[in-house]
Amino acid sequence: MENKAVLEVKDLAISFRTFEGKVQAVRGVNFSLNKGETLAIVGESGSGKSVSTKAINQLLPKKNTLIERGEILFEGKDLLKISEKEMQAVRGNDIAMIFQDPMTSLNPTMQVGKQIAEPIIAHKGVSKEEAKEKALELMDLVGIRDPKESYKNYPHQFSGGMRQRVMIAIALACEPKILIADEPTTALDVTIQAQILDLMNKLKKELDTSIIFITHDLGVVAQMADRVAVMYAGQIVEVGTADEIFYNPMHPYTWGLLASMPTLEVGQTDLYTIPGSPPNLLHPPEGDAFAARNAYAMEIDFHQEPDLFKVSDTHYAKTWLLHPDAPDVQPPLEVQRRKEKYQSLFSGQGQFNRIGGEAIGSRG
Amino acid sequence: MKKYIIKRLLTAIPVLLMISIGAFVMMNLAPGDPTDLYVTPDATPLQVEATRRALGLDQPYPVQYIRWLTRALQGDLGINYATRYPVLPILVSRIGPTIVLMGATLVVSYLIAIPLGILSARKHGTWVDNLLTGGAFVGVSIPNFFLGLGLIYIFSVQLSWFPTGGMSQLGGESSFLSVIHHLVLPVTVLSAFYIANMTRYMRATMIEVYGENYIRTATAKGLAAEVILTRHGIRNALIPVITIIGTDLPRLVGGAIVTEQIFQWPGLGRLTIMAIQQREYPMLMAITMLSAVVVLLANLLVDIMYAVVDPRIKFD
Ligand SMILES: Nc1ncnc2c1ncn2[C@@H]1O[C@H](COP(=O)(O)OP(=O)(O)O)[C@@H](O)[C@H]1O
Ligand SMILES: [Mg+2]
Repeated sequence: MENKAVLEVKDLAISFRTFEGKVQAVRGVNFSLNKGETLAIVGESGSGKSVSTKAINQLLPKKNTLIERGEILFEGKDLLKISEKEMQAVRGNDIAMIFQDPMTSLNPTMQVGKQIAEPIIAHKGVSKEEAKEKALELMDLVGIRDPKESYKNYPHQFSGGMRQRVMIAIALACEPKILIADEPTTALDVTIQAQILDLMNKLKKELDTSIIFITHDLGVVAQMADRVAVMYAGQIVEVGTADEIFYNPMHPYTWGLLASMPTLEVGQTDLYTIPGSPPNLLHPPEGDAFAARNAYAMEIDFHQEPDLFKVSDTHYAKTWLLHPDAPDVQPPLEVQRRKEKYQSLFSGQGQFNRIGGEAIGSRG
Repeated sequence: MKKYIIKRLLTAIPVLLMISIGAFVMMNLAPGDPTDLYVTPDATPLQVEATRRALGLDQPYPVQYIRWLTRALQGDLGINYATRYPVLPILVSRIGPTIVLMGATLVVSYLIAIPLGILSARKHGTWVDNLLTGGAFVGVSIPNFFLGLGLIYIFSVQLSWFPTGGMSQLGGESSFLSVIHHLVLPVTVLSAFYIANMTRYMRATMIEVYGENYIRTATAKGLAAEVILTRHGIRNALIPVITIIGTDLPRLVGGAIVTEQIFQWPGLGRLTIMAIQQREYPMLMAITMLSAVVVLLANLLVDIMYAVVDPRIKFD
């Protein structure tokens, strides 16, 4: 693979000190973000998506956060090692963020236009007038009607969808190299959600920004992502291109997520849900953290953490099912249908027949 | 906004009327008769009756009240029983010192407390925060008279740094510096509570504001800590703090009574105590109404301040 990664996260592990003990929220996460791509991070709530990405911009509470190990490499610098002043120059300028809650993410006592102009003034060393000009352009770009009038409005005069557009304008203000969107549409209703996703897709094409898109909704992933990382209990359990994850998933947890995804297909009656709940990260279980909820779990899953197996150059999964000695199992019907559909669409390529696992790293 | 203010002022009228009736009734329900203090013990019932008539106390209560009200509306607040001086000029001469005392107290309190509260919040959980929180706890708990007498004992009696009371040197001219010198102890006593209370409140709201998502947004923009504090933190923390100003003002009216008495401050507070002791009903009515007006205006001021600081609040 040529080295076009703008960001590389290596073996990142983060814990929080709490009254009950140390919560191991992120347990050795590796991923890279390539130039111009959208990487989706999916997983149930509490799997460590927000924590891993907040760490990139160092937005985790200083008081109780422990960065146990790892590196976050951006333009050759390890963001975990630079000073707060240097980090300020990165935040909002090189790496910008959009959050889940547009209703509370804007300062209620500041005009929205000023809130958009603020990072431009902070990072680009331009005059207030120039920053305002740029802010007005951004408001137009993200589809806020009548920017001149809206500039002076306060957040409470905007709907949730409009506020999220303002957040996007703020995030894009300095033309960042990386945009991290943490569940940007989760709090919005379906039609507004679709509009915001359209907007982000449009902007992505126009601006050539690399995006990390966090969501627990695979439906959203399908619309946005080039590549997908599936997170479970503080680890990435499977990563691959969007096609690989949707049509040739390898990890039983990914199977579960896909099976529980609503589709437009007729005849689908009741939706599957993954049984049980994620493990308590105060005391992560031995072996595969998903074993207790996994219908395909084998003996080894309960006492040894799986290696990360390579499926293709772009596709890896952390499950013992990929071990050459593992029994051949059939994924849930829903997932089998996906595979078949994909193979019929791209027949002849044949690259999705399961290949014997080749362990590329081992821990645990 | 203008319409709103006028509306508020108009609704204040019935409130003030109710307060005046209440005050009038309570004074007349209280045991004792003002005439007791103005006739010699061996006065004949006829002489007592004559005094009562002279003071207008022989009339039925409603008549007395209506008479008081119609005169008050024309600016005549009655006379002081003992001196036969009109109430109004006495009242006016006492307003200045009280405004000086209260004004100095509020300015000093907020100038100290707001930065302390912010500091405490930003140093949340450190020894600085613990020290300030502990100090504030003492400050809200300590009674005025205790602190006042303690300070007089140490700084006036023992160290002779500050006068024990009054507003200026007896016989001396009341220069600005002399007034400041006399102000130090009473303002310290009176401020103790407001500094402590406001510090605690400012700390709490500042901590809350720093947990808000818009502070996270400001941080994610790459703004410097000072910019986040001044542009995003303080302004939002001030909104709930205005409520405290609204309760501080009326409380100050009460607090000044005790402090003025301790420090012989020639203001309304001492006048109030004198008027109570001597059953100077017209004077008490006047002071009560003045306090009521101050409290109502303070409330209005607070609401206007909300509207100025918080764009979400609009009056129509
Ligand atoms: N500040 C914190 N203190 C303690 N625990 C935290 C903190 N932030 C997150 N966590 C815990 O870390 C885990 C991962 O959280 P998060 O990354 O927010 O999940 P999600 O995948 O839903 O974004 C959760 O168990 C959460 O409770
Ligand atoms: Mg999250």
